Amino acid sequence: MAEMNQKQNFLKGIIKENPIFVMLLGMCPTLGVTSSAFNGLGMGVATLFVLLMSNIVVSLVKNLIPAKVRIPAFIIIIASFVTIVEMILEAFVPLLYEQLGIFIPLIVVNCIILGRAEAFASKNNVMSSIFDALGMGIGFVLALTILGSVREILGSGSLFGLTFLPETANTFILFILPPGAFIALAYLTVIFNRLTSKTT
Amino acid sequence: MDYIIILIAAVFVNNIVLSQFLGICPFLGVSNKVSTSVGMSGAVLFVMTIATTVTYLLNQYVLIPVGLDYLRTITFILVIAALVQMVEIILKKVSPPLYQALGVFLPLITTNCAVLGVAILALGLENGSLVKAVFFAISNSLGFSLALIVFASIREHLELANIPEGMKGVPINLLVAGLLSLAFLGFTALV
Repeated sequence: MAEMNQKQNFLKGIIKENPIFVMLLGMCPTLGVTSSAFNGLGMGVATLFVLLMSNIVVSLVKNLIPAKVRIPAFIIIIASFVTIVEMILEAFVPLLYEQLGIFIPLIVVNCIILGRAEAFASKNNVMSSIFDALGMGIGFVLALTILGSVREILGSGSLFGLTFLPETANTFILFILPPGAFIALAYLTVIFNRLTSKTT
Repeated sequence: MDYIIILIAAVFVNNIVLSQFLGICPFLGVSNKVSTSVGMSGAVLFVMTIATTVTYLLNQYVLIPVGLDYLRTITFILVIAALVQMVEIILKKVSPPLYQALGVFLPLITTNCAVLGVAILALGLENGSLVKAVFFAISNSLGFSLALIVFASIREHLELANIPEGMKGVPINLLVAGLLSLAFLGFTALV
């Protein structure tokens, strides 16, 4: 039974409660950094790390924090991990750090992380919180990578930096520009809704 | 001249919502009625201006001299969270109807990336000064208001439109935002 629950905690984030397509949380980085698949994946993994660590810490200290100041306390926990990620990225993947720019410190205000801390980690034990964070995080990574891939394929005729169209080919530049983010996400949401409503 | 360029760039060319993707949550969340979106714009203008002023001074006179600028993210988000609480208390006292309308969304300003984003971006301005940073914040919140109010007025009309079943709700809103962003792309050559 307990095993079933963990599986559920893990799986719900990927499809049923997918943070992007269903819950519409964390839209800013979703739209802002997905001009290529690599950026989307990088952002997703950075967020996954912060989400996982903050879920673990929040579920560990949940009984020590008075209810009234829990939100500021969560924010400090999250901000600490974001600062760590910021330093790691700057040191080891400077290219990605430059590309993501302002959106790295902004992981702090990603509603998914605070949302999971408040809605899940502050009420559940460590194991469940880890599975919840992994599920939600992977759902987020998948959504960002898919959106990034779609935009990169349509907009620059390549995938993960590998060009498969001749240089002279015309691509939909629109899709790597800001409007393309909204339009691509709109149609992906339609497709996602269609697929999930059929299976359930 | 500098200031005019900052204003035009922030409102039209690099519109904070439509081309920089900051503050998308309130942009999609509180835009179903023009009246609420006006209130939200006011709250953002207020919070963003004060937050940028405070964070700029804090960065300039506390964090940099002490050599703690790597703690920027943490301090900024705390300052913003405190400010939002303050605005909430003031609104509750001064304008209960507005508080009623914004009640749910006001705490969300804390996690409104536009506020933190502008506070951080304001530090990177060329020949930065406090006045310039504050002006930058005001221009950006005007850009936010413009995008939010235009979007809300389009959405009010959408309620009467005949939309295909699968597009209802989120997808059609994202599409409208995409077209709006496309329209703002036309301002690119302005600065």
